[in-house]
Amino acid sequence: MERPAWAPRSIDISVPSVSRIYDYYLGGSHNFEVDREAARRAMEFMPGLPKIAQANRAFTRRAVRYAIGRGVTQFLDIGSGIPTFGSVHEVARAAGSDARVVHVDHDPVAVAHSQAVLADNADADVVAADLRKPQDILTSPQVGRLLDLDRPVALLLVAVLHFVEDEDDPYAAVAELTAALAPGSLLVLTHASYEGIPLPQRRAEGVVDVYKDIRNPLIMRSREKIARFFEGYDMVEPGLVPMPHWRPETAPEDEDPYAFSGFAGVGRTS
Amino acid sequence: VSAEPDGPEDRLRRFATIWSRAVFPVTSTSLTRPEFEERLLPLARRLSEALRARAFDAQAAKAVGAALVDAHCTDPDALSASLDCVDAYLVLYCGEDGPQEDLRTRCSRLQHAMAAGYAQALRARTLAEQEAIAQAALQAQGVVAQALHASEARFRAVFEGAAIGIGIADLEGNVLQINGAMMRMFGGGEQTVRGRNVREWTHAEDAPQVWKLYEELVRGEREHYHVEKAFYRPDGTVLWTNLTVSLLRDADGRPQYQLALMEDTTERRLLNLRLRYEATHDALTGLPNRTLFFERLEKVLAAGEEQRFGLCYLDLDGFKTINDSLGHAAGDRLLVEVADRLQSCATAPGEMVARLGGDEFVALTTGPDTRREVDDLAARIMNALLAPVRIDGRELTVRGSIGIVEGAAGERSAAEVLRSADITMYRAKSAGGNRFELADAEADARAITRHGLTTALPAALERGEFFIEYQPLVHLGDGSVRGAEALVRWLHPQHGVLGPDRFIPLAEHTGLIVPLGRWVLEHSVRQARAWRERSGETTPLRINVNLSPCQLTHPGLVQDTVDILERAGVEPEALCLEVTESALIGADDDLLKPLRRLAEMGVDIALDDFGTGYSNLANLRRLPVSVLKLDRSFTQSMQQFPADPVDLKIVEGIVSLAHSLDLAVTVEGVETGAQAEQLRILGCDTAQGWYYARPGPPDRLHELALADATG
Repeated sequence: MERPAWAPRSIDISVPSVSRIYDYYLGGSHNFEVDREAARRAMEFMPGLPKIAQANRAFTRRAVRYAIGRGVTQFLDIGSGIPTFGSVHEVARAAGSDARVVHVDHDPVAVAHSQAVLADNADADVVAADLRKPQDILTSPQVGRLLDLDRPVALLLVAVLHFVEDEDDPYAAVAELTAALAPGSLLVLTHASYEGIPLPQRRAEGVVDVYKDIRNPLIMRSREKIARFFEGYDMVEPGLVPMPHWRPETAPEDEDPYAFSGFAGVGRTS
Repeated sequence: VSAEPDGPEDRLRRFATIWSRAVFPVTSTSLTRPEFEERLLPLARRLSEALRARAFDAQAAKAVGAALVDAHCTDPDALSASLDCVDAYLVLYCGEDGPQEDLRTRCSRLQHAMAAGYAQALRARTLAEQEAIAQAALQAQGVVAQALHASEARFRAVFEGAAIGIGIADLEGNVLQINGAMMRMFGGGEQTVRGRNVREWTHAEDAPQVWKLYEELVRGEREHYHVEKAFYRPDGTVLWTNLTVSLLRDADGRPQYQLALMEDTTERRLLNLRLRYEATHDALTGLPNRTLFFERLEKVLAAGEEQRFGLCYLDLDGFKTINDSLGHAAGDRLLVEVADRLQSCATAPGEMVARLGGDEFVALTTGPDTRREVDDLAARIMNALLAPVRIDGRELTVRGSIGIVEGAAGERSAAEVLRSADITMYRAKSAGGNRFELADAEADARAITRHGLTTALPAALERGEFFIEYQPLVHLGDGSVRGAEALVRWLHPQHGVLGPDRFIPLAEHTGLIVPLGRWVLEHSVRQARAWRERSGETTPLRINVNLSPCQLTHPGLVQDTVDILERAGVEPEALCLEVTESALIGADDDLLKPLRRLAEMGVDIALDDFGTGYSNLANLRRLPVSVLKLDRSFTQSMQQFPADPVDLKIVEGIVSLAHSLDLAVTVEGVETGAQAEQLRILGCDTAQGWYYARPGPPDRLHELALADATG
């Protein structure tokens, strides 16, 4: 019998979680040994994984500041993970006082932790929902309370779409979210790819295997396929590029070579 | 902040730059390196100040170590890089002109304190984060547990509250859990179901595939099946269900449990059985009805060639009279009694009794030897009806007529068999009833033809398929043709020319005799006028027309006759209506009145077939009759010579009697000259028969009459 929709998935902390693994990459301790064990295995194939995570955080920070600079102060951050330093609400608050942020994650531990962190924050909240079911997100009370969908919103899909398999139709999910956004909204996106990784693909595939093992497959997509997520958006300069090349504040050549793995971009709805 | 080149501030900044460059690659901060350098600058200043403070206090460096952790330099390499940097450059860039040895000592102690501060802060942060994530996990588990609890509560409510019976068993068939509805279906008492094994629930009425489907399911070869199944309740009663069994698999797809959903259909089934019973049984007698009988008969007839059947079709004799005289309630009670007796006659396997309706019953026997058995069956039925039935203190004698059909399966349809039985039963009935007759194909065919003729009669009259032949009536004294008897014929499109004996009884039965008789009268009278016109006034030929009993009682008889005669312009004296003796036996004055009227008008009335009935000779005086037509049976013996003296005496007596009553005598069936001569001697007036002429077209009669006149 299929599990009814209203019965949540059980929590088994003996199973690694991608958000806690990510936290470990970023030097955090919001993780358990199972997470660290998986992370260490992945890093055996790709020692620079923390640098990729760090580059994602740095890109997010620049993109959030870009959005605020364009007057977009509402953020819908899907796949927000464990909120540590450099999280969207932190960056947004640092850059503009009236920013409102809704974090979304389907990892109940990440959500519980976010709730603890955001307990005293009236301008930010977290929704336990899945990117694959956009209506659950859009109709959530948190979105209703914090975001005015008649005004532009910055939709953040940072390092999350590569966890949605093709059979779950990530393009349809993005399109459904996009359809709910007012003109002038932004899509802030990063995505893993074999392109740009300073290693032979065979070696990078080891990481894909690790994620497959923990039943959270990592889907590497080509630049072309990633670009398709921006259907209906005008690309903000410089387009879909390796993360360090997106509106850099310091010389990209100083960046760690791993930081160039995958692609990042920002699009704007007209 | 602009700093004087190579001044203390500039040197401090250069130290911070070197430090940030050394540490930035091992941090995980999202700041840019210049931003990170800005965060290190106040830390560098504190180290610089501590290095040169008048009263040295290494504790300041502890805070610097802790601040590194705050700046997300959580990788221990960041500490090591920082200490290397402080060791190599702090005194150099920030020592100014202090005593070198003292500065180096201080620098070392600052590094120790920095390391301690870093370690303390990292430990605190690690513990805090571990605590936070553990809390979050607990929290999340609590949420999930709650949701699960709610979901389970909902499931339990569905499970317990469902009107449908739900049960779960393992693949060995052990019942693990059942809901209230299922328990109630089995008559309550959890122990009657729980802990039992599914395989024990066999039932005599299990369809053969039920347990095959079960085995397929528990072997994982089938996801579900749906059957109608019966169960024994602990009290011995039967529970009928619509049962759906599904296979439950675990997360890896391995078969784990079987789930049974069952709906109690016992009541519905009983209702269906009752409806079926009512639809197939006669409410009055409880016997199977026509529907069920036909089903059985069709099944028997569809069986192989070796199978034979015997059928008795019973119709009670005179049942209508009982119904009419004693009332329907008594009639019904009689039928019930008859049904009971019939039932006791057909108790062997393969035998059945049914009521087809009214007072018609059938008994069926099947098997290899029905030729003998069906006779026995019919005899048993006749025997069972022998004893009178007692109703309301009266003893009623019950008699019946039985038509028997016996044969092999696969030759005829049920409808054909029943029709044959019906025809045969009527044959038994018309043979006097209280007997049984065996069907034979010829009798059936005749009956079927009769049936066909009956239904074709009305159209035949409309289409003009009837015509009339005339047989001359000859005066015995001088041999002259005095008239002719009109005899109707039917030119049937398939059967050819049919004589009146083939269709007049049918026409009488259906009432068509009235228009047909009128048609005959009209044409005959017209023919009489035609003869008169052609022969001149000298020899008016009379016309004899037969009148059936039906016509006799028809109210329009007199008026019709008068109209026809008037329209044709024919005198009533030219017409003779022939009425059979049997039609007038016991006739009362009402029946005779129209005949009297016609006789008074001048129409002759002849008493046909005289001598075949049991006429009261004294009665003859009362009848408005002027002619006796002597039946051919009296004259047959006179075809030979010498004639039977007794017959001669009888005819002589009749003629003498007739003449004394002023009646003329006509004889039929005269075939020889000797016969004619004898009858003339005996005093008969007129004769008809093949000796003179067979019935023929009207022109032939005209020729005969002319020949007679000229001869």
